[in-house]
Amino acid sequence: MRHLSTKATCNSHGQDSSYFLGWEEYEKNPYDEVQNPKGIIQMGLAENQLSFDLLESWLEKNPEPAGFKRDGKSIFRELALFQDYHGLPAFKKALVEFMAEIRGNRVSFDPNHMVLTAGATSANETLMFCLAEPGEAFLLPTPYYPGFDRDLKWRTEVEIVPIHCTSSNDFQITETALEAAYHEAQQRNLRVKGVLVTNPSNPLGTTLSRSELNLLISFITTKGIHLISDEIYSGTVFSSPGFVSVMEVLKDRNCDKTEVWDRVHIVYSLSKDLGLPGFRVGAIYSNDDVVVATATKMSSFGLVSSQTQYLLSALLSDKKFTKNYISENQKRLKKRQNMLVMGLERAGISCLKSNAGLFCWVNMRHLLRSDTFEAEMELWKKIVYDVRLNISPGSSCHCTEPGWFRVCFANMTEETLDLAIKRLKDFVVEHTANGHSKSNNSSKNSKRKFLLKWVLRLSSRDRDQEPDER
Amino acid sequence: MTRPRPRTHESESETRNPTGGGATAMRLIVPLQGVVQGRGGLILGSLIPCALFYFFQLYLKRHRSPKPGSNPTSPSQSSSNLSDLQRSSSRSNLSSRGSIGPVQVSSRASSIAKPNDSPYYIGLDRVSEDPYDRLDNPNGIIQLGLSENRLCFDLIEKWLSENTKDSVMGRDGGDLSISGIAPYQPSDGLMEFKVAMAGFMSQVMGRAVSFDPSQMVLTAGATPALEILCFCLADPGNAFLVPAPYYPGFDRDMRWRTGVELIPVHCRSTDNFIISITALDQAFNQTRKRGIKVRGILISNPSNPVGNLLPRETLHNLLDFAREKNIHIVSDEIFAGSMYGSEEFVSMAEILDMEDIDKNRIHIVYGLSKDLALPGFRVGVIYSFNESVLIAAKKLTRFSSISAPTQRLLISMVSDMRFIQEYIETNKKRIREMHDLFVEGLKQLGIKCAQSCAGLYCWADMSGLISSYSEKGELELWDKLLNIAKINVTPGSACHCIEPGWFRCCFTTLSQEDVVIVIERIRKVAETCKISS
Repeated sequence: MRHLSTKATCNSHGQDSSYFLGWEEYEKNPYDEVQNPKGIIQMGLAENQLSFDLLESWLEKNPEPAGFKRDGKSIFRELALFQDYHGLPAFKKALVEFMAEIRGNRVSFDPNHMVLTAGATSANETLMFCLAEPGEAFLLPTPYYPGFDRDLKWRTEVEIVPIHCTSSNDFQITETALEAAYHEAQQRNLRVKGVLVTNPSNPLGTTLSRSELNLLISFITTKGIHLISDEIYSGTVFSSPGFVSVMEVLKDRNCDKTEVWDRVHIVYSLSKDLGLPGFRVGAIYSNDDVVVATATKMSSFGLVSSQTQYLLSALLSDKKFTKNYISENQKRLKKRQNMLVMGLERAGISCLKSNAGLFCWVNMRHLLRSDTFEAEMELWKKIVYDVRLNISPGSSCHCTEPGWFRVCFANMTEETLDLAIKRLKDFVVEHTANGHSKSNNSSKNSKRKFLLKWVLRLSSRDRDQEPDER
Repeated sequence: MTRPRPRTHESESETRNPTGGGATAMRLIVPLQGVVQGRGGLILGSLIPCALFYFFQLYLKRHRSPKPGSNPTSPSQSSSNLSDLQRSSSRSNLSSRGSIGPVQVSSRASSIAKPNDSPYYIGLDRVSEDPYDRLDNPNGIIQLGLSENRLCFDLIEKWLSENTKDSVMGRDGGDLSISGIAPYQPSDGLMEFKVAMAGFMSQVMGRAVSFDPSQMVLTAGATPALEILCFCLADPGNAFLVPAPYYPGFDRDMRWRTGVELIPVHCRSTDNFIISITALDQAFNQTRKRGIKVRGILISNPSNPVGNLLPRETLHNLLDFAREKNIHIVSDEIFAGSMYGSEEFVSMAEILDMEDIDKNRIHIVYGLSKDLALPGFRVGVIYSFNESVLIAAKKLTRFSSISAPTQRLLISMVSDMRFIQEYIETNKKRIREMHDLFVEGLKQLGIKCAQSCAGLYCWADMSGLISSYSEKGELELWDKLLNIAKINVTPGSACHCIEPGWFRCCFTTLSQEDVVIVIERIRKVAETCKISS
């Protein structure tokens, strides 16, 4: 047999089957207000669909960029031929200014330090190739985005070592946890190359505090390692405490011309803040010239379409539009998040207090039969099949405590969200009424059989469709 | 080879994972085989080398694990601090340092960050510094090193002016809506786009074969398509055989991050640079002797840089060879629609249609950068008959997906069969006109070109102008052409051509007036070469 490579044939890369099983079930029976009102509501997709109207109205008022025109003249030829991996200068300029605006202009970015990639997925992988050898490791605080197991590890052969965070302090990163993770890596004979954090966090929906950022910077300074700050949700911060970028803290600490300045890198994208994941626009920002040079060349494997770069450069250069968009978008996200949080509260379910993101980190521990991941899976399956909501279980995010779920709120209409909350409320009422928290033996057995059946089905199924989102 | 190089100022490769250590061991064992095989007898030949190997492994193991509970500032960590101190002086010398770079980035990054020393890339850089413009910079360097097609943009612009508004935004219930293109799409491309591309490929290849959209994976350009296939078909350290001369970009696309090696299989001008199976067989055996596993053959058909087609018989022979050796064939057919001669292009897919054999080893790469002249839009295709490859490749497209608005726009364009037919025919005509003009011009200077009927370039034999029949002579001529004649052409050595003196000249970025100027400039240099020789 003509063998395939090891990478092609090795199964999954931390691909949590539950995460994708939910997707599959959703695809089979998707909710539709008119066509399929009893279908599964998708709440596992971190997409921002709340502000399309703002984008559409801009496009309507500005037909030139979409038509490859500038000042009445066609620039189609230039765009069609433009495959320079340095990126369209006008676009990079507009993008760095947009990033600065999101940070309240407390920091500024240099377009020459930015590398464009086809989405943040590509940006993260490229940074791994640049910073680590096969077999080296990055530390990531848990819970983290399940896609990292694939994006950071697969082709790069880099390892992830978790920094365990717990609800005892609202999942904040502590020095003890950092040191413990570092130590664990050493025990596993893994050389640690850096720390990767998502700020604001996915799946928590919280921004890193100044003290956490300071802690991280001190940690990487001492250890002589890198820090990657994935800030793709930076524009979705809708309430206090505001967003503090790692660049800001570095500036405050006067790290500008020091060694550590070159070891901090930011990943950005327009998939969440502008709600344009289909456009595939991501960026790496680094102060290290070698990283920028290497990443630039590697971006050949994932360039952004020149058509898209041009369109977005026009959009983002419109400062009036961006100012209005950022604030309006945040307002709408806040309203939505509040809707979900209040609704869940009425159902007796609490969430981690969040100020950002397109989702809530929901605490359903009290609904678990036992404080185990098995029980979490049981509950999750019930929610997918009976309640008909696709949400993401904490175990898929490597959370150390069972019972947490990520629930998205920005990818549906208000009515749909209302319905989802209602369904969940009804479920909780029924669930507590039947005393399911302390179930009897027979239902345990049937649950076990149920689980076994699913495990067998999972292992034999071939996953075709894979969600790309976060 | 692109294996990560061990850093020189710290305790070397022990920090790699066990597989890495095993690979190091392999490199020791192979040379020792000679001793084992006969010269040393039992004790000297096997026991002692084995014992040495055992102790070496032990040594590696001991020095791999850091001491438990080590203080962050202990020696094993301070080595990275050492590198911090070194960094400030080494950074400015990065480009000249070679493999000794700062520790801060991975060694694979260091090697990639170095400025590329191939004339192919140097030439491209020089043109961007001093580009020719008829009005603004008439003494600038004329670009003949980039296989771009600028001959038919007027057709596309006309199409756009008649069709754009509808096609960019997805139509959603009659209203133009961004919700058609904004959300997440399947990473391997919209099904509608695959259907459109399947039809386009078939049309462009003369309808001799049809393509199944479900066997297609779309990527952001042919560059990632090739890399993804490489990741799927080969492990680091494996090799692909590539008929040479070949496109210089393969060295980057196929090797950089994959760790795969490319073995050139030299073709001769006497064969019009068509690959011979004998040469292929030789290369295969030689590679195997070096202990390297060959995973497949990478062909480009129509060929870049020569511009000829692989005849049916050769394709059949390649297939037989691949079957015999149990390896893959990757056929890069990106110039299939840029035919200007009268010969018929035969795709690998067509050969497979005829033979009822297992098709799992054949993979085709395509893209819109050449045939539709849209390199900026990033559209590439992996077409495979192998289910497992398709599944793996699909997953890998998450790193290289095509932008949705671009897909939407192009679905309309490439599905417009009437327009595509007109485009193909006009394109063919215009490339041929330019080709004939250019080749005739070279002929007047006594420079012959290889027989070609496709591509956006010609393969010119300028060996008559070089002072010494060697790579050195060739590069001297290249330098003269670049700096005196001020034209950028690609020397054969950059394409791994074994015969010196050949140059790839792309002519589809020129206007007819430009061709005259180019020929004139070459003539001046040619005269000085003849005088000196």
